[in-house]
Amino acid sequence: MTYVDAPSTERPPVAKRRTWTSARITGLVLMMLWAALALSIVYMLVAGYDPEKVAKYGPRILSGIWVTVKLVAMSIVLGALISIPVVIGRLSHNPIIGGIAFGYSYFFRGTPLLAQTFLVYYGAGQFTDVLKAAGLWVFFRDAYFCAIFTFSLNTAAYQAEILAGAIRAVPSGQWQAADSLGLRPFTTMFKVILPQALITALRPYGNEVILMIKGSAIASIITVLDLMGQTRYAFSKTYDLQIYIWAAVIYLITVEVLRRLWEMMERRLTRHLRR
Amino acid sequence: MANYMELLAFGDSGWGDELAHGVLVTVTLALATLPLGLLIGFLIAVAKNSSEPLLRKAANVYTTIFRGLPELLTLFLIYYGGQMAMSALWRLLFGRAFEVNSYLAGMIALALMFSSYASEVFLSAFKGITVGQYEGAYALGLSRFRTMLLIIVPQLVRLALPGLSNLWLILLKDTSLVSVIGLTDLLRNTNIAVGVTKQAFFFFFVACSLYLVMSIISSVGLRRISAWAERGQGRR
Repeated sequence: MTYVDAPSTERPPVAKRRTWTSARITGLVLMMLWAALALSIVYMLVAGYDPEKVAKYGPRILSGIWVTVKLVAMSIVLGALISIPVVIGRLSHNPIIGGIAFGYSYFFRGTPLLAQTFLVYYGAGQFTDVLKAAGLWVFFRDAYFCAIFTFSLNTAAYQAEILAGAIRAVPSGQWQAADSLGLRPFTTMFKVILPQALITALRPYGNEVILMIKGSAIASIITVLDLMGQTRYAFSKTYDLQIYIWAAVIYLITVEVLRRLWEMMERRLTRHLRR
Repeated sequence: MANYMELLAFGDSGWGDELAHGVLVTVTLALATLPLGLLIGFLIAVAKNSSEPLLRKAANVYTTIFRGLPELLTLFLIYYGGQMAMSALWRLLFGRAFEVNSYLAGMIALALMFSSYASEVFLSAFKGITVGQYEGAYALGLSRFRTMLLIIVPQLVRLALPGLSNLWLILLKDTSLVSVIGLTDLLRNTNIAVGVTKQAFFFFFVACSLYLVMSIISSVGLRRISAWAERGQGRR
């Protein structure tokens, strides 16, 4: 009687997974460090809670938050308006118009926001007579308006690059197709090109808003009492580092919430592009 | 016009040498921050690229914090917080106060910001390297460290270079913030010159132009580095 070995049904031994890899240990240690840091900050804020200081500086900080919100919102909106002619210039085939737009955007993107702010705020002081004659002194005398003015010009340069880049990224076939359908250039722009370009531009626009929120802290240096300005004021009176920690927490939460909201918006607006 | 040239003269009468010294401080600060920021950024990116969720999470916390904080606030936190912590420590150890160096504080704050952005650049560069590269290296018997050093990093440099170039230009501009904590960089010296001469518009315009010149020189240099990094890619 012949007899054949049945094929072995036993699986080859599975390589034993190492449970304590160096990566996991490092990760655990780092997470514990973060947790320790978070706990010590919470402890510091709870233990150092001083009702007197909160009563004294709390309202100032709240008004600072409001000033920051206004500063950022106005700069972004005004910047978007200013960016339109710059985009037209950047996309123009005329070398002079293109050159001016490029120079504008290169200047504002190549120099620090702080230096630009100084240039406007302190520089305006040098032309007091001219500005008074033109009736603009009321505007440039105020650090708050100077900050809005500078930030708008600055973000306009960045927004223009974002939008111009997004428009250029729309395939030329879209222009040709619109042309062959007999659409006017204006209609082509608003009905065909911009809807596609704005989708591409969505993420960089979100980054620009976040950069503006962070950059707006610079206004505090020219005496604007925004969130950072009020924080610096309170710190100079109390030498209490907690105030900076509070400001950091507020900025972090704002930026993180905005980032998440923007991500959700982007997911919703691009749902037709996903498969 | 001659008046303005006089203001920029080198020596006791003009401010040319002060501004030149400021440019030097700005450039050296950026150059000193760069290797530190690159190193931290790379390590954070390796952590983010790891298969270990805990490590990824720890690295993401780092990026979230230092990308979300305003640059100015990070600087003040490091400067004043470092001052207080080090003073307390020093008093405990040596019984005297400690003066935090504004150059060092600026360098650390800038490195923290730079590295959090750089880690994202490195991470997306890591994503551009196929698994086959790792498998090929392991099949040749290279250790993980040598695989990283000899196979992955040389390719990573090319992929990360455009992003890192941007970050360098941002870093160069962000150094201006250290003028607020008293480091005599270009902007601080400009401020001093304005305080003395009252020629605010002129001097700040000169400072902006100097920053622009630094950006332009950097761009030219970076283009060369990028051409060098792309040399193996054939003609475009």
